Amino acid sequence: MSESNSATWLAHVYVTLKTVVNDPQGLAIADGLHTMGYGGVEDVRAGKYLQVRLRAASAEEAQRLAEEMSDRLLANTVIENYRCVIEPAS
Amino acid sequence: MNFGVIVFPGSNGDHDALHALGEVLGQPTRAIWHRETSLDGIDCVVVPGGFAYGDYLRAGAIARFSPIMGAVERFARAGGPVLGICNGFQVLTEAQLLPGSLLRNAELEFRSQWVRVRVERADTPFTSGLTAGEVLHLPIAHGEGSYFAAPEELARIEANGQVIFRYCDPTGEITPATNFNGSLNHIAGVCNERRNVVGLMPHPERATEAILGGDDGRRILESALSVAGVRV
Repeated sequence: MSESNSATWLAHVYVTLKTVVNDPQGLAIADGLHTMGYGGVEDVRAGKYLQVRLRAASAEEAQRLAEEMSDRLLANTVIENYRCVIEPAS
Repeated sequence: MNFGVIVFPGSNGDHDALHALGEVLGQPTRAIWHRETSLDGIDCVVVPGGFAYGDYLRAGAIARFSPIMGAVERFARAGGPVLGICNGFQVLTEAQLLPGSLLRNAELEFRSQWVRVRVERADTPFTSGLTAGEVLHLPIAHGEGSYFAAPEELARIEANGQVIFRYCDPTGEITPATNFNGSLNHIAGVCNERRNVVGLMPHPERATEAILGGDDGRRILESALSVAGVRV
């Protein structure tokens, strides 16, 4: 898939549970924060953050690939949403 | 009937399934390594329990792209009987061969215990020897078995009669106390629209002999034989 003129990109992939999905982990974390005294905490949702280094010809192509990977593997779109942010890899 | 049991790195219910099908039911049974790509000669596929690929990312997410899964998908789409048990159920939902998804248990606990499930439908290859409404005693062992489907999909599978098992009390009543993992509508098992693919969180292969504490699971596995016209 890599091309000679391609560059390396870093995709930041944020995977979060859909709002209709119950998140017992987030509720337990919120409980913990309340116990610690953070009474202002209204809600916690636990998710995943992934970094994918990939080669692609352009930022647009890297974005497309990261979203395709998210659709197919990184997120389960039955229960999760995802967001991909692309930057040139250092 | 030739059974094939898929083995992923991290499967741990594979030997239970091989024993139940091969020794207890006395059927020709073959372990199929996930790197294989063919199901030639197989009449019924079992995707067993365990922690395929360590449950990394999500339970079943990586296993779903194992080389053998292409053959499993073709087999399922051609109408072949496929049973997913526990982690195998999770793999089949990730592969979109079954509707919905399985989330972390509501109480965040790994639950290993015996439960009761009510048979909702007898019109699948794995419940044909059962009667709708009867109660089975089966073991469960999972941390992520809370069944979820989006509201419109849940309504659709209920309307289609795709809910096959529900957690219940010994009399078959659906009470809040029996929904120990927080599954929507107490769902313990579902099938696809074509009804040839069934997934459930309880372990029928661990309940095939009285010495194990119960043999209700044997009737689920034996049901597949009657569909194929094989007699034990």
